[in-house]
Amino acid sequence: MKKVYIQSTGCISAQQSWGDVSFLATPLFYESKVLPVVAPNYKEYISAAAARRMAKAIKMGVTASHFAMQEAGKDNVDAIITGTGLGLVRDSEKFVSAIIDNGEQYLTPTSFIQSTHNTVAGQIALGINCKGYNLTYVHDSNSFESALLDSITQLQADEVASVLVGGVDELWDHTIEIHQLIGHIKEQAIATQTLLDSNTSGTVFAEGAGFFVLESEKKSNTYAEVVDVQLYGTLAEEEVAQAAEAFLKEHGMTPSAVDVLILGNNGDVAYDTYYDALADELFSETTQTYYKHLCGEFHTATAFGTWLAAKMLKTQTIPDVVRLNDKSTSHIETVLLYDQYRGENHSFILFQKC
Amino acid sequence: MNQGVAITGMGIISAIGKDVQSNYHSLVSGTTGVQRVSKIDTIHRDAIWVGEIDWSNEELEARLNLPNDHNYTRTAVLGVWAAKQAAEDAKLSADPKIRTGLISATTVGGMDKTEKHYYEYLTSKACRKYIESHHAGDHSQKIAKELGIDQGLVTTISTACSSAANSVMLGARLIKTGRLDRVIVGGADPLSKFTINGFNALMILSDEHNTPFDQDRKGLNLGEAAAYLVLESEALVQKGNKKVYAYVSGYGNANDAFHQTASSDHGDGATLSMQKALEVAGLTPEDIDYINAHGTATRNNDLSEGRAFMRVFGEKVPLFSSTKPFTGHTLAAAGGIEAVFSVLALQHNTIFSNLNFKSPMEEFALRPQTETIQKELNHVLSNSLGFGGNCSTVIYSKRANS
Repeated sequence: MKKVYIQSTGCISAQQSWGDVSFLATPLFYESKVLPVVAPNYKEYISAAAARRMAKAIKMGVTASHFAMQEAGKDNVDAIITGTGLGLVRDSEKFVSAIIDNGEQYLTPTSFIQSTHNTVAGQIALGINCKGYNLTYVHDSNSFESALLDSITQLQADEVASVLVGGVDELWDHTIEIHQLIGHIKEQAIATQTLLDSNTSGTVFAEGAGFFVLESEKKSNTYAEVVDVQLYGTLAEEEVAQAAEAFLKEHGMTPSAVDVLILGNNGDVAYDTYYDALADELFSETTQTYYKHLCGEFHTATAFGTWLAAKMLKTQTIPDVVRLNDKSTSHIETVLLYDQYRGENHSFILFQKC
Repeated sequence: MNQGVAITGMGIISAIGKDVQSNYHSLVSGTTGVQRVSKIDTIHRDAIWVGEIDWSNEELEARLNLPNDHNYTRTAVLGVWAAKQAAEDAKLSADPKIRTGLISATTVGGMDKTEKHYYEYLTSKACRKYIESHHAGDHSQKIAKELGIDQGLVTTISTACSSAANSVMLGARLIKTGRLDRVIVGGADPLSKFTINGFNALMILSDEHNTPFDQDRKGLNLGEAAAYLVLESEALVQKGNKKVYAYVSGYGNANDAFHQTASSDHGDGATLSMQKALEVAGLTPEDIDYINAHGTATRNNDLSEGRAFMRVFGEKVPLFSSTKPFTGHTLAAAGGIEAVFSVLALQHNTIFSNLNFKSPMEEFALRPQTETIQKELNHVLSNSLGFGGNCSTVIYSKRANS
């Protein structure tokens, strides 16, 4: 069975996570309920005419994938596999409201065309003329993980040698407003560096795109190995630790083998308790980190978590801003990421230094 | 070598029937389910034809015994209805040691509720329960919970009109690579004003019954459906002494990389996906006995797909038909219902007719099969082609490859 290596990253987020800057050296904090991204100048990567029609998700996805392809030194790949939880929110909103406002008349198809979930993967394929395998997963907080699972399965079986995998999600007015109404977004703006101290329900929403070139051959500039990903549709709080142990055991590891644990805490008191089972017991002596105070919460936020893992393994550093406890580690060999959203769609991703 | 993955259960609901048997009877008797819109409040009611399921949401909810405070979308009720049939048909045991997954597909997701309550969400609390069921994965979570398999791998695919074919492909791959022991795969898409108006704005809806591969074809009829297959590993089949309907023997996925919505004239994507599927199955083009075509009856699709047939099969294009005149184009569910139709074709050695065909297209001499006929079938190829250049092919075979 072949191994799976992260060769490059392209990450657009609420942090300066792209370009030639040192790893989270100057973290950005916000006083908000909804975070913006640090956007590159999209016109450098997408023609101005095309960019004008493009929703944020397409611009972020196409540009983040460009960063990943460029860093990997590739102009094509065998497969493009993406995940998006909510898809093209802006164009969906535009088309639904146009249907209602105009009584189903005078509609143009542009926003309908761009509203389909597979638009980003299709646009990337068009851009690099990739006729290979192309897929889009749309499963809530396991959208990126599903894309990763598909990538790993095909790379391990040697069906493909290179995959561009990524997650992307955008926000728009109506989506923000209705999620505020049902309490998924916090009632009050919050200083993001205090996200975990809020003691309130809901979280801070955001958007972003994280893309990676994965290959089955190790290179001199490889970031890390992705050992495996495991998805669960549901897990009870008391089953999380058991699931983590079982996942590690499958790869011949015990919890003590994990050097850094990355947790998906998003400051929602109703659901952050899922992480406590790992943080307080099984991994209480492990270096623990978190990231959603940096990138905010969105269905494909684990793509940012994956960027964090890849960066930590390659640079062998743990930025202070992501530390959740004061346990230190002399080396970073193995990183485990655990995430869930509102008690559903749990995932574990296991990374190793190479 | 590649043995294929066993299909041990099927479930379906479409405009031509609410279970596998009734779908089969409609197919062999040539009874279409395409008619005028009756359930959706749209101004296009008298201008278009659709493959609508005649049960309302309320009827489906009652049959599924849903509690009053549920937040099921139409995607979810159709999906649960069909997936339950498939699980019962395969007599799935509730053994927690058997790793079971669910892979569904949709394009619409919860849009049927969102388009109804879009502004009302802002002013009225009662409908807000549907906000959480808007995302595409919601119906899959609900199906998995109904079937008691929600702790396992649950995911959702959305690649426009090729979605459910990709569910079958992923499911087969996860079993072949030993990641799952069994998996329920398919898709669900209801009719909605969103899709009716989207395709209408694209000007590819026919004002008549759709006529795939006909020179005078005027576009597609939309439909709604859900369909699922149960796939099981060879070890489980043998252990449980299970009946096997057919095997998923090959699959291929490629991108046309030509245009966001249109297919290339020469059908690059479809050609590649069919060739890959043949390669995975270890079959030659001559081995294919019947093609269940994507055949949406748009000017663009049928030309592109027909040309791809000739590129893959040369002068000897197998008998082919599109079943879209029966069901309408059910978008993400199409690859699911046509998987069921492909298996039925193998089981009954029957090729279903391509209804409404009159004159061959001027670009080539291909003629679809217009009569239902009996023929020994061993391998059926099913195409699903979509927006975003997504092209997928699945090959269903009567016997495991030797």
